[in-house]
Amino acid sequence: MRALLSIGVFLAAYEAVARSGWFAAALVPTLEVSLRTLWAMLGDGSMAGHAGNTLFRVFSGLALACAFGLALGFLMARYRPVERLFLPLVSALMPIPSLAWAPVFILWFGLGNTATILVVFYAATFPMVINTWSGARAVNPIWLRAAGAMGAGGTSMFWKVVVPGASPFIITGLRLAFQRAWIAVVGAEMLAASAFGLGWVIFDAKEFLNADIMLAALAVIGAIGFALEKFAFQPLERHTVVRWGMVKRA
Amino acid sequence: MIGRFVTAALPFLVVGAIWELVAHSAAFPDRLFPSLEVVAATAWRLTLAGILPHHAADTVFRLVTGFAVAALAGVAIGIAMGRSRMAESLLLPLVSIGAPIPGLAYAPLFLLWFGLGDTGSIVLVAFVAAFPVIQNSWTGVKAVKEIWVRAARTMGAEGRLLFRHVILPGALPYILTGLRLGLAQAWRILVAVEMLAAVEWGLGWLIFGAREFLNTDAMLAGIAVIGAIGLGLEKLVFQPLERFTVVRWGMMAA
Repeated sequence: MRALLSIGVFLAAYEAVARSGWFAAALVPTLEVSLRTLWAMLGDGSMAGHAGNTLFRVFSGLALACAFGLALGFLMARYRPVERLFLPLVSALMPIPSLAWAPVFILWFGLGNTATILVVFYAATFPMVINTWSGARAVNPIWLRAAGAMGAGGTSMFWKVVVPGASPFIITGLRLAFQRAWIAVVGAEMLAASAFGLGWVIFDAKEFLNADIMLAALAVIGAIGFALEKFAFQPLERHTVVRWGMVKRA
Repeated sequence: MIGRFVTAALPFLVVGAIWELVAHSAAFPDRLFPSLEVVAATAWRLTLAGILPHHAADTVFRLVTGFAVAALAGVAIGIAMGRSRMAESLLLPLVSIGAPIPGLAYAPLFLLWFGLGDTGSIVLVAFVAAFPVIQNSWTGVKAVKEIWVRAARTMGAEGRLLFRHVILPGALPYILTGLRLGLAQAWRILVAVEMLAAVEWGLGWLIFGAREFLNTDAMLAGIAVIGAIGLGLEKLVFQPLERFTVVRWGMMAA
């Protein structure tokens, strides 16, 4: 109720500024115009096309990052030489923002999906590696010994003890990875995408001063991020780590 | 000591050697995949000519300005939200809606409103970096132990005294975490914004501009400087800051 009031106050203030005529209507469109644009773009399917492309890129990059990050993280935790070889590299590459690589990837792979997905992969891969690695090392040694005493060998030890034990860290890593990937995909689309995507549509709208299209796309970006957090990551957490009793329900 | 140095350097030597092999194999054009000595020579040449330092200085200036605004405004807003019911119910929904939207999505809008160049990019960096600062300062004030506040009150501390000696130190570990997250956020956004905002100088622009002329060596030199600044921020700014404040006061383990 309070939340609605606060949002209402904000929207009313925005509307007052938009209608006051201080700024050009093309730069600060009224809510009515923005909503109408949003409705039109949803109606003719163009918004769905942009969102679909963006989601495809973000999930391709995220899937690659998960596969790579999980494998490398577990290997680093299990084998000392792998850790020694990769940990310095990971620490050196991590502080470089993923978007700094965008121009290099564009040169190497051209404009389009490959460069965009690679930028997303770069952004998402570090949280996965670091969290998998820390998670696997944080598994309670008592559990390992208990499972060992009960005769668990390599494979079953890994799947039944190490993976569930590391899962709270891994799921946090996945969440962080998604947040980073979501930022990276919007930026990468502005720089590298050639026709479709929510980031691209915002950037393209700037050329034609279509602030209403920008606001409409911003609303869709916010809504998708919110929906994924609410309907994908929170249920995932509930059905895995909370159910296994690894973390308490918030 | 020497052994540790070798273990730390080895991974970089391996990757460097693989890079050199690929670069010299002529599988890719030199312009797209320059060898390390070319990159190093370019970095050296650009540094001597004063071009690389100029780019780096402008980027750091934007980062510092934007982050300073974000830190001041963010801490003030966060503490206000933690102390006053009214500020909390007015601002919290807006912060929760604004925070998850990727900062770069606002970039074109801010560039339209504030113009290309410094103003637009600094305002955007400040805006994006403010969210983690606000959220953590707010949580920090709320997390100050009630018993400390009551103990200080019975001893007669009120108003400013209470704030300065109990609430602020109590909330500081959270505030520092927020500042750290905010700075990292600001850094990531800034590099991308410089590519979009057509600033004249700046590391992001250096990388993006170099693309037009296929100067991959200049790009890689720029990326190396970006990585070094990012690492330096963490090691030289935040770790010492933490040691001198919260760790010294016993709020957090070193």
